[in-house]
Amino acid sequence: MSISEDRRPQGVRPSLFLERQSYRRRRLSDAARFLPILGAALFAIPLLWPGSDEAGDGIRLSSAILYIFVCWAVLIGISLVFGFAARRMATQDETDQRPD
Amino acid sequence: MSRKVLLIEDEPNIAEAIRFLLTREGWQVETHAEGLDALRVIQSADPDLVILDVMLPGKSGMEILRDLRELEDLKTLPVLMLTARGQLRDREMAENAGVSRFMTKPFSNAEVLTAVRDLHAQATRS
Amino acid sequence: MATLNVLILVCLGYVVLLFGVAFAADRLAAAGRGAWLRSPLFYTLSLSIYCTAWTFYGAVGNAARSGLEFVTIYLGPTLVMISWWWGLRKLVRVGRSQRVTSIADLISSRYGKSNTLAICVTVLAVLGGTPYIALQLQSITLSFSIFAEADPTGLYREGSSVFWVAAGLAVFAILFGTRNLDANERHHGVVTAIALESVVKLFALLAVGIFVVWGVAGGLGPMLDQIDSSEIGQWNVDAGRWTTFVFLSAACFVCLPRMFQVMVVENSDEAHLRTAAWAFPLYLLLMSLFVVPIAVVGLDLLPEGSNPDLFVLTVPLSQGNEWLAMLSFIGGFSSATSMVIVTAMALSTMVSNHVVMPIWLSTQGGAGSVSGDVRHVVLMARRISIAVVMALGFFYYRLSGGGAALASIGFIAFAGISQILPALVGGLFWRGATRTGALVGLTVGFVLWIYTLLLPEMGGGFMSGTIIQNGPFGLEWLRPQALFGIEDMDPIVHSVMWSLSLNTVAFCVASLLSFPSPLERLQGAQFVNVFDHSVAPRGWSGFVAQSEDLMIMTQRILGAGPAQDFFQAESERQGGRSSLPEPTPAFLERLERELSGSVGAATAHAMIGQIVGGSSVSVEDLLAVADESAQLLEYSSQLETKSAELTRTARQLRDANTKLTQISEQKDNFLGQVSHELRTPMTSIRAFSEIMRDTDGLSPEEQTRYAAIIHDEALRLTRLLDDLLDLSVLESGRVNLNMGGDTLRSVLDRAVSSALAGSSSGIEVRRSKSAERIPLHTDLDRLGQVFINLISNAQKYCDADEPVLTISAHDVGGQVVVDFADNGSGIPPEARSMVFEKFARVSGEKAGGAGLGLAICREIMQRLGGEITYLPGQGGPAFRVRVPLAYRQAAQ
Repeated sequence: MSISEDRRPQGVRPSLFLERQSYRRRRLSDAARFLPILGAALFAIPLLWPGSDEAGDGIRLSSAILYIFVCWAVLIGISLVFGFAARRMATQDETDQRPD
Repeated sequence: MSRKVLLIEDEPNIAEAIRFLLTREGWQVETHAEGLDALRVIQSADPDLVILDVMLPGKSGMEILRDLRELEDLKTLPVLMLTARGQLRDREMAENAGVSRFMTKPFSNAEVLTAVRDLHAQATRS
Repeated sequence: MATLNVLILVCLGYVVLLFGVAFAADRLAAAGRGAWLRSPLFYTLSLSIYCTAWTFYGAVGNAARSGLEFVTIYLGPTLVMISWWWGLRKLVRVGRSQRVTSIADLISSRYGKSNTLAICVTVLAVLGGTPYIALQLQSITLSFSIFAEADPTGLYREGSSVFWVAAGLAVFAILFGTRNLDANERHHGVVTAIALESVVKLFALLAVGIFVVWGVAGGLGPMLDQIDSSEIGQWNVDAGRWTTFVFLSAACFVCLPRMFQVMVVENSDEAHLRTAAWAFPLYLLLMSLFVVPIAVVGLDLLPEGSNPDLFVLTVPLSQGNEWLAMLSFIGGFSSATSMVIVTAMALSTMVSNHVVMPIWLSTQGGAGSVSGDVRHVVLMARRISIAVVMALGFFYYRLSGGGAALASIGFIAFAGISQILPALVGGLFWRGATRTGALVGLTVGFVLWIYTLLLPEMGGGFMSGTIIQNGPFGLEWLRPQALFGIEDMDPIVHSVMWSLSLNTVAFCVASLLSFPSPLERLQGAQFVNVFDHSVAPRGWSGFVAQSEDLMIMTQRILGAGPAQDFFQAESERQGGRSSLPEPTPAFLERLERELSGSVGAATAHAMIGQIVGGSSVSVEDLLAVADESAQLLEYSSQLETKSAELTRTARQLRDANTKLTQISEQKDNFLGQVSHELRTPMTSIRAFSEIMRDTDGLSPEEQTRYAAIIHDEALRLTRLLDDLLDLSVLESGRVNLNMGGDTLRSVLDRAVSSALAGSSSGIEVRRSKSAERIPLHTDLDRLGQVFINLISNAQKYCDADEPVLTISAHDVGGQVVVDFADNGSGIPPEARSMVFEKFARVSGEKAGGAGLGLAICREIMQRLGGEITYLPGQGGPAFRVRVPLAYRQAAQ
C-alpha cells in the first residue's frame, strides 16, 4: 500500500501493447523510413560494377539501363502502395476522431 | 451477636456456594444479584461486610465501590472484591477505589473464609 | 518549311496561350470554382519545374558524353520524394504553419527571425540562380541557332538574340509573377501554366524518343543492340561523380528557391505529397526513359562534332521531321520559361522581402509600415528584382562565353544552392542548431563554393590561371581545385566535398558553442516538434491578438491566482466593462514587466511581441516555452511536494500506531472476557467440589444438588471452549464448508427439533411450511447452526407469558430471507449494534451462554455469502438471515 500507488488513478496505466491498428500504422511509417535507404542501396550497387577499362568485359549499357529503370519502377510502385496505405490511415484517423 | 454479610454476585451458583460456607461459619448472609440498585441495598441492609463481584449487570462492582466510599458512614465498611478477570490492572483499580481485600476467581473456600474472618476482625478491633 | 519567323510566331503564340491559361485559372480561383486546380495532379506537375531546359537538352548531351551519368539528377529527387513521410512532410508542415514565403524566410524564421541570415540565403540563392538562368538563356539561344542554320534567309545574330530572350523572359516573369500581391504568396495561375508546360515538355520528349526508337532505330530490340555497340555502350560512370550528383540533386531538390516555391509555398494540401511521392518519380522516369536512345542515335546519325546538347532538335531535323523538331523546340522552350518564371518569382520575393523592404522601411523612418502604399512598394521591388536577376543571368552568360557544357553549369548552380542544406536539415531536426551556427556554416560553404568552383569555372576574367595552377600567393595547398593537396579530383566533386563537409562541421561546432536567443529557442522547438504542436496546418488568415491568449500564457507563467488578479486589476483600471482588459499598449507594457520577473525580460518581450504582433507563432508554442521556463519553478514545487509526502507518511504512521494500540486494547479486552467466562464456571466447580470434599454430613439431596451444579458448570465450560474454537476457526477463514443441497424447510425442521430437544420451556414456533419449499445449495450444517442459535436464543430470553417465535421465509432475487421474530421485549436500540459482538450481553440478561452465539452466527453468514442483521420494528426481538440460493454464485 505505498503512497504512490494510492495516488495513481485506477485504470490509466498505459497498456503494454498497442492495438492492432496503431501497431500496423507504426510499422507502416517504419517502412516509409526504410524505403529511401532501400533506394539508395539499389542505386549504389552500380558503383560495384567494373568500368569499361578492361576491354569488352564491362557491363553493357543496355543491362545497366534495364537495372536502373527496373529498380526505379519498383521504388515508385512501393511508394504508390504506401501512399494509398497512408491515405487509408488518414481517413481512419478522421473517422476515429469524429466521435470526440 | 449477629454478623451480617451482604453478597452481591450475579452468578447464582457462586452465590449459593459462598452462602453455604458463610452460613456454616455463623454469618447471616443476604444476597443481591444486580448492580444498579446495589448501593441502596447496602445502605438498607447495613451489613458488617460486603462481598462484591466486579462484573455485574447494570453497574460494575468498581463503580459501586467508588460510590460507596463517597458516603461518609460507609467509608470504613470492609469490602471483599471478587473478580473473574484476574488482571493486574483490575487489582490496581480496585485498590485505588478503596477495596479492603481483592480476590481472583476461582478461589479456595478456605481463602474466602480466612479473608472474611480477617476483615471482620480488623473492623471490630478499630 | 519552318522559318525562323514561324518559330518566333509559334513561341509568341505559346506564350499567349500560357498567359491565357494562367489568367483563366486565376479567375476561376478568385471565383471559388478552382478546387480542381488544387488537386494532387496539378501539384505533381508543378513540381516538374525541376526539369529545366538543362534537363530537357542537357540530359541527352550528358548521356552522349558520359553514358548513364545523366540519370543521377533524377535519382536524387526520386529518393527525396519517396522519403516524403519523414522529410518533405515536415518541411511542408513547417512551411505552412509558419507561413513562410521562401527558403530564405524559412531559414531566417527558424533561427530567430534573423534578417542577416535571410540576406545570406538570398545572396546565395541569387548567386546560385544566376548561372542557372544563364543556362536557360543559353539553351534557348542554341535552339534558335539550330533553326537559324536551317533557314538561310534569316538574319540571325546570337548576341542580340540572347538579349531579347532575356528581356522577353523578364517581361514574361513580371507579368506572371507580380500581377498582384497575394497575401499568401500562392499563384494559382502560374501553377496551372506550369502544369501545362510540364505536360508539353514530357509529351515533346516522349514523342522524340518514340520517333527515335521506332522510327529511326527500327524497334526496341535493334535499339538496345545499337546502344550496346555505340561508343558509350558500356557502363562507365565515375563512382565519385555518381554519388556526388545523386546527393547534390537530392539536396537541391529541397533547397532550390523555385522548388521550395512550388513544393512548400504553393502547396495547398499536405496530403498532395502522398500522390506526388510516386507520381513525380514516375514523371522523372518517363523524362529520362528515351534520353540514352536519343543520344545514341544522335551520335550515330549526326556528323562528328555536332553539339550533343541539341540532339533532341537535330535528330528530328536531320530526318526531315520538322514538325517534330518544332514540338521538341516548344518542349525545351516550355522547360526554360517555366523555370525562369518561377525562379524569378521566388528570388524576387526573397530580394524584396529581405533586402529591399528592410532598407526601404529604414529610410522611411518607420512611417511606411502604417501607410497604405507598402503593397505598391513591394510590387515594384519585386519587378525590379526580377529584372536584376535576369540581367545578372544575361551578364553571366556573356562573361562565361556560353562555352561550357550545359550540364556542368547546372552542377555549379546545384553545388552553390546545396550549401543551404545543413542549416535547413539541422533546423528541422535539431533543436540545438543556432543562428550563429547557420551563419558560420553558410559563410564557410559559400566562400568555399565560390573559391573552388564558381570562379575557376567562370574562366580567366575572374580568376587567373596562375592561381588555379599554383594557388594564391604561391601557396600550393590552397589551389582552388586541389584544396589541401588533394589532386586529380573532378572539380565539382572536389568542391562539393570540401564546401559541404566544412559547412556542416562549421555549422555543428558553432551551434554547439553558441547560445540561442529565447525567440530562436522558441522557433527551434516549434520547427523540430512541428507534428506535436500543429495537428493540422493552420489557415493563412492574420493572427488576431486576444486578451484571452495573453491571459492563458500569463497563467502558465505566473500561476492562475496572480494572473487573474493582475488581469482583474488591469480591467478595472481600464473602466472594467469586461472581465478581460483590452490589449492597450499601456497594459501590454505592464504585463511584460510582470512577466519578465518570471521568465526574463527578453523572453517576455518576445512572447508578448509574438501574440500581439500577429506573427506566425501560435499560442501553443508560446505555452510550450512557458512550460520550459517553468521547469525551475517545478523543481522547487517538487521539493514542497516531497515534504508534504513526508508529512503524510508521518501521519499514516501515527494512524497505524493508533490502530495497533486499539487492536492491542481489543486483544486485552478479549482475553479479559475469555478469562472471566472461563473462571466463572470454574469458581462454582471448585467451590462445590471443596464443599463436598470438606463438609461432613451433607444430606443426600444436597450432595445430588451440588454434584448437578458441578456437572452443569463443567458442561458450560465445555460449551464455551467449543464456541471459542469454532469462532477462531471461522474468523481465521480456515473453515471448511461442506456444500450440500436441500430445501429450506428441512433445514428449519432439523434446527427447530434440535433446539427444542430436551427443553421443558414451551415456546411456540410458528412457521409457514409451504413458503419454505426453497431449494438451497450451501453448507447446510452451518446454516442449521445459525438457525439453532437463533431459536434457542428466543427460547432462552423471550420474556413473554406465552412465548411465540415466528419464522417466515421468502425468496428475494436469488436470496433466501428468513426472519426470526419473537414476542418478547425487544433489544434497546443502543444495544442493537452490539449484539453481534463477542461476549456482548444485553443488560439484565442472565448468562446462559458465553455471549459468543451471535458472533459465531455473523461469522458463519459471512462465510456463506449472506448476512444476519437485527430487524427493528417487529415489536419484539427479530433477526433476519439472508443467504444466497446457491453459494457458488454469491461467492463470485
